[in-house]
Amino acid sequence: MFLIRLLIKNAFRHKLRTALTVLGMTIAILAFGLLRTVISAWYAGVEASSANRLITRNAVSLVFFLPISYKDKIRQVEGVEGVSAANWFGGIYIEEKNFFANFAVEPQSYLDLVPEFVLPPDQKEAFLRDRKGAVAGRKLAEKYGWKISDPITLKGTIFPGNWDFTLQGIYTGRDKTVDESQFIFHWDYLNETVKKVLPRRADQAGFFIVGLKNPHLAAEVSTAIDAQFKNSLAETLTETEKAFQLSFISMTEAIVIVIRLVSFIIIVIIMAVVANTMAMTARERIGEYAILKALGFGAPYLAVLIFGESLFITSLGAALGIAATFPAARAFGNALGQFFPVFNVAPGTVYLDIAASLVVGTVAAVVPTVRAVRIRIADGLRRIG
Amino acid sequence: MENHRPPIVEIRNLSKSYRRGSQVVPVLEDISFDIREGEFLALMGPSGSGKSTLLNLIAGIDQADSGSIKVGGIEITTLSETELAHWRAFNIGFIFQFYNLIPVLTAVENVELPLLLTSLSKRERREHVEVALRVVGLADRMDYYPGQLSGGQQQRVAIARAVVTDPTLLVADEPTGDLDRVSAKEILDLMGRLNNESGKTIIMVTHDPRAAERAHLIKHLDKGVLNVSDPAPH
Repeated sequence: MFLIRLLIKNAFRHKLRTALTVLGMTIAILAFGLLRTVISAWYAGVEASSANRLITRNAVSLVFFLPISYKDKIRQVEGVEGVSAANWFGGIYIEEKNFFANFAVEPQSYLDLVPEFVLPPDQKEAFLRDRKGAVAGRKLAEKYGWKISDPITLKGTIFPGNWDFTLQGIYTGRDKTVDESQFIFHWDYLNETVKKVLPRRADQAGFFIVGLKNPHLAAEVSTAIDAQFKNSLAETLTETEKAFQLSFISMTEAIVIVIRLVSFIIIVIIMAVVANTMAMTARERIGEYAILKALGFGAPYLAVLIFGESLFITSLGAALGIAATFPAARAFGNALGQFFPVFNVAPGTVYLDIAASLVVGTVAAVVPTVRAVRIRIADGLRRIG
Repeated sequence: MENHRPPIVEIRNLSKSYRRGSQVVPVLEDISFDIREGEFLALMGPSGSGKSTLLNLIAGIDQADSGSIKVGGIEITTLSETELAHWRAFNIGFIFQFYNLIPVLTAVENVELPLLLTSLSKRERREHVEVALRVVGLADRMDYYPGQLSGGQQQRVAIARAVVTDPTLLVADEPTGDLDRVSAKEILDLMGRLNNESGKTIIMVTHDPRAAERAHLIKHLDKGVLNVSDPAPH
């Protein structure tokens, strides 16, 4: 207890220096935490993906469609519980900057396969009944001030024209990892309209969502589905939802690597700053360490004092940094909601913050401790006066 | 001084040199003498004569090149670093020229420091500290920080810290070197009392003849050689 009191008093001997070091640590942990949260947000779709679902798409590219007739064939594959066709719609709300994900889906089967979208029963029923009905995520509805029964018009980019919808439901996520900024509507509404204006693009799905009876058989079922359409005009590629999401991430992997690298560089920089502080501190106190050694205090006591002081400073900075990360992430998430619909500080990020502060505090104290332990008492005492 | 008292410090053929670049500079050469229990010895000599080095060797904070130092019957030249640290904690009380108190600790906490290495409880430590601070006349300054005390008062705290563990030996390196005459006299009076009334064995390095006069015995070092041994003039 005495030593802990002493190391805390030592930490505040040079108040300005300690305050600046703590501030540096706070900013570093805040930046580290935010960058890690950006990475988590990048992978949010992957994290939220279900092990019970497969995605079947055109083997050539996602931009090519698949005949809707594949749906029944897929359903007959052993191990498949349900299938739902969907299309990426790519509609714009009023102007281009209002970007959000919007899909044409088969309402009943889609909602059955995606239970993480929680919709009140009355809204679900209204949505299923209304062919022009749509459902929006809570965050999306809040962002544009949409209420149930509001008319919404999207301007099609892939499927030209103005598309009118009526908001029949607002879903919430089953947990924090669920994206609450999507917009879904009836695939039939899309298909019927396309039949009239672009007949060659009718009766086609962008991809199929496949529900599995047993997630452990995902590989076998995927192979069986793709085998069905081997050597056809539209061969399929079936993969787990996670792999499907990861294929999108892989396109931007370089950015993720850079963000990850920068986050670690920040930690290395603050490590150098804290190490410098501790080196200055130990150099100034070398006479005191000599006195403590003369009084009979051995290396473990000196190590407790120096490591303790270093860890105290970094922990204080980390605590402030972690506390600041949550409101900062909230503000960041609100500002960039259209790019990162799920922007939550994960527990893993907090653990990494704590680990980083412990590593910084420990590494920064190594050299000063070695110096203090190795100093000859007589030499140390000569530096006083 | 009574000569029949057993020697508490026995030094035989002690030599020490320092390396300065490629040069080996001898500091102490073949020193032999005894210090008896309850003695107050002053070590004098010009700067660089080796008196502080001799004091450091006796206190176990420096290593001799050759020779033997026995304190209380223990050969300290053969002890390891850890053993020496443990031995110092219980056998040596240090008084330095610049007091060497920890500035962020109060007088009580500074005096308590050496007791942290003992098995005493917090309450027992506090009792010992209060006694030590009363002995040096600082019972009313217990919660003062070193920066709030005068030089003389700081040195008295340092003396309290030196005696609080009731060590075998008190070693003082120029204890009045940084004090004015009045404070120096107070410190020497206090050391004299510790020697006379508590029977503490004291070895004091000093330049000051007035300080040396308080000792029972004065030994002179010159260029690493112990060449004169005088009884103090009282």
